[in-house]
Amino acid sequence: MEIPYTATARPDTGLFNAKLGVWMFLASEVMLFGALFSTYVLLRVGAPSWPHGYEILNIPLATLNTVILISSSVTMVMSWASLMMKEFKKYKMYMGLTILLALGFLIVKGFEYGAKFSHGLYPSESTFLAIYFTLTGLHGLHVIGGIIVNTYFWGPGSKMWHTDPQRFTNRVEVAGLYWHFVDLVWIFLFPVMYLL
Amino acid sequence: MDLTHADNVKKSVKAYIMVFVALMALTIVTVAISTLHLSVRAAIVVALFIATIKAGLVASYFMHLISERKLIYAALALTAIFFLVLMVLPVLHYLEPIGN
Amino acid sequence: MSDEETKENSTSPTEAIETAGPHVAAPHVVEHLELGFWRKYVFSTDHKMIGIQYGITGLLFLLFGFSLMLLMRWQLAYPGEAIPFLGELFGPDRMPEGIMLPEFYNQLGAMHGTIMVFLGVVPLAVGAFGNYILPLQIGAIDMAFPKLNMASYWAYFLGGVTMLTSFFVPGGAANSGWTSYAPLAVIATMGQTLWLFGMVFLITSSLLGSINFIVTTIQLRAHGLSFMRLPFFVWAQLVTAFLLLLAFPPLEAAGILQLMDRLAGTSFFLPSGLVVSGVPLEVSGGGSPLLWQHLFWFLAHPEVYVLILPAMGIVAEIIANNTRKTLWGYKSMVYALIFLGFMSFIVWAHHMFLTGMGTTISAFFQTTTMIISIPSIVILTALFLSLWGGSIRFTTPMLFALAFLPMFGIGGLTGLPLGLAPPDIHLHDTYYVIGHFHYIVAPGTLLALFAGIYYWYPKVTGRKLNDTLGKIHFWGSFIFLNGVFMPMFIQGLAGVSRRLYDGGAIYAHAQGVLHLNEFISVSAWLLGLAQIPFIINFFMSMRKGKKVSDNHWEATTLEWAATTSPPLAHGNFATVPEVHRGPYEYSLPGHKKDYTPQNERVEV
Repeated sequence: MEIPYTATARPDTGLFNAKLGVWMFLASEVMLFGALFSTYVLLRVGAPSWPHGYEILNIPLATLNTVILISSSVTMVMSWASLMMKEFKKYKMYMGLTILLALGFLIVKGFEYGAKFSHGLYPSESTFLAIYFTLTGLHGLHVIGGIIVNTYFWGPGSKMWHTDPQRFTNRVEVAGLYWHFVDLVWIFLFPVMYLL
Repeated sequence: MDLTHADNVKKSVKAYIMVFVALMALTIVTVAISTLHLSVRAAIVVALFIATIKAGLVASYFMHLISERKLIYAALALTAIFFLVLMVLPVLHYLEPIGN
Repeated sequence: MSDEETKENSTSPTEAIETAGPHVAAPHVVEHLELGFWRKYVFSTDHKMIGIQYGITGLLFLLFGFSLMLLMRWQLAYPGEAIPFLGELFGPDRMPEGIMLPEFYNQLGAMHGTIMVFLGVVPLAVGAFGNYILPLQIGAIDMAFPKLNMASYWAYFLGGVTMLTSFFVPGGAANSGWTSYAPLAVIATMGQTLWLFGMVFLITSSLLGSINFIVTTIQLRAHGLSFMRLPFFVWAQLVTAFLLLLAFPPLEAAGILQLMDRLAGTSFFLPSGLVVSGVPLEVSGGGSPLLWQHLFWFLAHPEVYVLILPAMGIVAEIIANNTRKTLWGYKSMVYALIFLGFMSFIVWAHHMFLTGMGTTISAFFQTTTMIISIPSIVILTALFLSLWGGSIRFTTPMLFALAFLPMFGIGGLTGLPLGLAPPDIHLHDTYYVIGHFHYIVAPGTLLALFAGIYYWYPKVTGRKLNDTLGKIHFWGSFIFLNGVFMPMFIQGLAGVSRRLYDGGAIYAHAQGVLHLNEFISVSAWLLGLAQIPFIINFFMSMRKGKKVSDNHWEATTLEWAATTSPPLAHGNFATVPEVHRGPYEYSLPGHKKDYTPQNERVEV
């Protein structure tokens, strides 16, 4: 027997399983990052002095990364829209772009980390750097997770388009929801860590 | 808008482009304001205000929250409450000196 | 609502009960995929096999965690004396000449708590019962995400293995208490690092599981099974899943932060100017030990409801079935449950009254704590009133379920003084606290879990557990559990601290209650002996137990509409059941038999 509502929505809830599932997952992610932001607030409130992000961190690189991540969110939603309009080739292109942009984000982040380490700025240096590396590091892990998922749907996973297009579109939508959330976390992370 | 139909999706593509432009503009604004070196209090308010608008745009349009099912809203409302609890209560504990 | 449904359907009286029953050959027969051994028993994606895996692993961990405590009880009853026979086996690092070292005592204490909570009770209450029973009770063919379900079990398994391995690393297992308070835990031996990694696995497991439970309950309910027709057990699991989903991530964050402190040299939880053994710590400082407590208790308070809610669910099922009447106030119970789940997120700092909390914030948490006792009492009262006027069948599961009620009552009521700051200042960290929460979890939850095992064993195996052995198990457990935990209240009121290696022997204020240590320890060992009939029963009845029918207890909920040990590979029901009525329609006037299953169309 097949598990119901993997492709179509259940009439009374209006949702297919994975969509509800991913929203539940994102709810838990909100609490995960919420706890870390709460940590940031608590440490900052309790600190006798707290550096301005712009004194230590590289704002131009981070702004570039913000642009990259927001762009990748747009290409992600476009890849889903392409599937909705039954344009598989466009999907491939947009999804490929999303993955490349995500890789670009990581490369820029790598440069940033490298510059900090070369100046002897490690997490153990201060609570500011500790929370900076923890938050951006965890966010980076989420980006890597997104790349893995998206690459699967770009490559071997996309075979499903030919057998069960509705379910495949759902999967891309769900992956997209996750990816936008990663973008959303960065939208808060950027001002909180760099600009304040 | 019901996004299960291809026609509606076509229309929403336009919205995605507009949201993209808005997000870019807001990014520039928030960076520009940060160069003014406002007082910490003012800077926090402005930066979080802009970030919230940006996040709202992403959630509403890219994540389609503007036309989502009730169930999702309910679950997210619950999460939002506990998120606020988590942000506020520990700090209140920290700020209130003993004996007050 | 169910009445309307009955009337509506009574227009087709030709359909007799039997035709709606599950025994009729289905029009489309479930295809039987023959899976190999590994896919069938080990890497299974079927909720029933995963439930059994969770159940067996959870029971083994319960036994293991319990035996850690049996060792500790020797040290507490006879401080500094060698443990006969067993002591020498632990080697000179742990028990030189059979005498337990304080370091090893601390490891046992920390790991007893961790194992019982995270590896024993939760996996059994949620992982085993939730997985096996919940999909059956809502008439689903499996969980919504079977592969995630498998991943959830194996993440749990890895977490368990990590925790067990930690006993064998230099310095032994984690030894900073199950709460792992900073800064103590940050500067502790290597076992603490493994504890944190183990917790990350366990949290991952819980998150995967809870997402699965929520989606399954909301999406895969059988046709006609509206929310107010869900069995109370399903409601309990649903609320529990939300607690796990939203409360665990902050602990995961805290775990990551503590790992950073331990491995990357950060100071999230280390304040400036910390001196350890006379040497100043070389860290940047500026961290907050309170932060750990906030993040830990943000999980750990909802966690106690994770421990108790599934137990309430099980007890409600068994009470309805064995009183042969519907639950008293089902709807108020459901609303109380939801309210309880919600409130459990905003009471956590009542564990922290002694951390130098201001009066305003303290008043807030005292108020919420008093408020949360109300829905607990609503549920308990409803369960007690459900007994009123019932024709009670004193079956073995019912004995356990009945015992749960007063035990949970004692556990809950003794918690009230702890929720108010003034008495808590005296009672904090004493044996009174140990007595209080063990009454909830041990005589409370554990008795309910045993009740569940006796109740659903026939569904899983097709055979019944032996009643005589079951009754010995019940009376032994019931008496000795009280023998263990009741004296702890007396010790705690006298001010004996919970973490003393010698059980309080060097303190003057403890002398008057010191003799109770031996009584408690002997009770604990006898409690261990009382589990032997259960273990024998559990294995013996698999082969020799009395064979029983699909619906042995004459129950109404959907799991009994499935055949005994329903076929694997997502084939729970021959035909997907349709629901026509509420969950507990027992003893309806004018009906032929005293129970009307949820999936029954009409009673002739």
